[in-house]
Amino acid sequence: MTGFTTWDILRNLLLAARWTVALSLIAFLGGFLLGAGLLLLRLSGRGWARRATGLYVQLFQGTPLLIQLFLCFFGLALVGLDLPPLAAAAVALTLYASAFLSEIWRGAVEGVPRGQWEAARALALSWPQQLRLVVLPQALRVAIAPTVGFLVQVVKGTALASVIGFVELTKAGSIIVNATFDSARTYGFVALLYFALCYPIALAAAALERRLARPGH
Amino acid sequence: MTIQLHFADLLGYGGLILQGIGLTVLLTAAAVAGGLALGVLGALGRRSRRAPVRILAGAYVELIRNTPFIVQLFFVFFGLPRLGLRLGNVEAALLAMIVNLGGYATEIVRAGLDGVGRGLWEAGASLGLSRWRTLRLVVLVPALEKVYPSLTGQFVIIMLGSSVVSQIAVRDLTFAGSFIQSRTFLSFETYLMVGAIYLLLAILLRRLSDRLARRLFRHRQAAA
Repeated sequence: MTGFTTWDILRNLLLAARWTVALSLIAFLGGFLLGAGLLLLRLSGRGWARRATGLYVQLFQGTPLLIQLFLCFFGLALVGLDLPPLAAAAVALTLYASAFLSEIWRGAVEGVPRGQWEAARALALSWPQQLRLVVLPQALRVAIAPTVGFLVQVVKGTALASVIGFVELTKAGSIIVNATFDSARTYGFVALLYFALCYPIALAAAALERRLARPGH
Repeated sequence: MTIQLHFADLLGYGGLILQGIGLTVLLTAAAVAGGLALGVLGALGRRSRRAPVRILAGAYVELIRNTPFIVQLFFVFFGLPRLGLRLGNVEAALLAMIVNLGGYATEIVRAGLDGVGRGLWEAGASLGLSRWRTLRLVVLVPALEKVYPSLTGQFVIIMLGSSVVSQIAVRDLTFAGSFIQSRTFLSFETYLMVGAIYLLLAILLRRLSDRLARRLFRHRQAAA
């Protein structure tokens, strides 16, 4: 095939990568907010809330992201919402991210010794104050590295949006391959672009982890 | 507005679903065996005394962990034939799964090997065992015991991730679902059912891994 230079392929992939970044940011932000809500529910101490959020987490961690995407894509249509693939992908990835993030944060909060809660209560702080002033600042230290690390999972997860027809990096790669048959080079570039997005995030997460592991910090 | 779900219409497709489950389980089992072996090799590479080997193993791990599985799969199935390696879709799926799991397993097994300390290696050496035999007979089991919960988690992740191989027409559980929904147009019901089956498989896989671990590490627990 002529007409497609290496630069043509790379340029089109780079343009499509903007959508990968956009979808990742939407999903991470949405997952962050929803995950925070789930965490509060889970910490509220009510039995039903703990069971419900536990079930929610187990459902999203125990099923393939691809199936979650299909269910959002077809499920939203079923309730009469005719949404573009971007919206379905954003909803699915938001739910997915919220489950994983709330679980990461729950672990971090539970890692704070019970004595800290009791000390805060002994100071006559209300429950929201105990959480905000005493427990969360300590949990945050533990939670920040895995939270940043999870962003890598979100970026990689957006690749599945290609399956329901959203044109991001992976789908753009498939389209170019269909036109040029230059599959090895194109998917090689696609992989490298994902790597360029994810590796710095992974490095940052590792650096955060090392810094917080240092004593006296 | 009422939403009606028609699960009864899916009953006729039980055979197809079972075949799909069979292939998903088979792929997972093969990937676990191959990926774990590759992970042990990779971990040894990461701890090698030769710098090029360390760098190569490290690059493999980072490349796998920082790119999506679906892109790895497409590279193997669509890309490798351009480079002269033509694979059937099931072979390509299996290769991609093994290479993917191998990358994650490398880091997990490495953490296990780092955790056992030098004493075991020295014990093996003082018995006159070669490094390879020391690894196999002395070091490997305690190293894996330290990290087996992480390994089990990774096995579940590769099983769930394998749903992506349906995209290269491997007739796994997700492929069966896609086929059924194209026949019945009951997309939501179909994928709800498929999702429930994956959840069940994930729970079963975790149980099985735990039981296997108990058997594998039993002699050590008795000693402890």
